Formats: sequence, C-alpha cells, structure tokens
Amino acid sequence: MPMPASEIERLIRESIPDAEVTIRDLAGDGDHYAARVVSRSFAGLSRVRQHQAVYSALGGRVGGELHALQLETAVPTEMTSE
Amino acid sequence: MSDARSRIDEIVKNNDIVLFMKGTSLFPQCGFSSRAIAILERLGASYETVDVLQDAEIRQAIKEYSDWPTIPQLYVKGEFVGGSDIMMEMFESGELQQLVGADA
Repeated sequence: MPMPASEIERLIRESIPDAEVTIRDLAGDGDHYAARVVSRSFAGLSRVRQHQAVYSALGGRVGGELHALQLETAVPTEMTSE
Repeated sequence: MSDARSRIDEIVKNNDIVLFMKGTSLFPQCGFSSRAIAILERLGASYETVDVLQDAEIRQAIKEYSDWPTIPQLYVKGEFVGGSDIMMEMFESGELQQLVGADA
C-alpha cells in the first residue's frame, strides 16, 4: 500500500519534533523511499537505537505497509564538529 | 522462550557472522538482502546465512528478537549489528572490517 512521503515525514516529526527529515521516493511508486533523519535526540545513541527510534515513530509500518525504507540517521553537524 | 526464539539464539551464538536474509547468498530475493551479501563478500570473511523465506516462524521471530522490523539482519559474535543501511555505513567507515576482524 503506497504511503505519501509527507505522511512519513509527519509521523517522524510527531515523535521526534526537532527532526530534519529528507525523503526521496526512489522508484517514484510511493513505496520505496530513502529517508535521512537528523536530530539532536540521537546524540549518544548507537546507530541501531537511532534507527529504532525512527521505526518506532513510524509505528510498525516499516516492513509492512511501508515496504522499503532506506534509512540514514545522524546528529546535527554542529554537535559533532568542534 | 519460544521455540523459534531459542533456535535463533542458538544460530546467533554458534556463528561468528550470520546474516538473516531473504533468499540465499547466491540468489538473494530482495534488494536489501542482495546489498548485505555484496558487503559481506567485499569483507572476505566467512559467514553463514539463514533464509527466512524458508521458515515462517524464524521470519516472524527474528523481528522480535532484536526489536528490528526488517530483514536482512546481521549478527557478529552474538551481537545484533544492524540492517543493510547500517552495514553500508559501517563498511564505508571501516568499522565493519574492524568488527569482523577482516583486513580492509
């Protein structure tokens, strides 16, 4: 079931309010997306925990309704550089 | 612990590097699994794979095992490492080579 990119972004920002979300529709079919999520709340978390936070924001849709979501997470660069 | 969960536990503990995937290393059945295999091949370390398409119980239980909704899933030395996106990031940064003890 296709899901609009705006809905993915809305759900992520609902749980991670400061998230900077960039979404690309990889196949143009509303079903294969790549998302980059940048948030201060990821600081100090392992990559697995960062991804889990996004999956949990999407409330069980990943792997089901949302078949393919390539995911990249990061903390804002001002927090990682000196 | 359910039967499937204890089977997963055993597989993860008895194999230094194991990938739960869709299909086999020769014939991955999904782009993400295919990408994970390509990374493991580049590492040059030996690894085991488990085809979740052949086992509905494992396919369901592996998602709960590490609270991770997607497949593939990589485990190294008993620890969950991540899916194909994390594998790619760690491969590019050299962390994955270090983790499996391969010469980069």
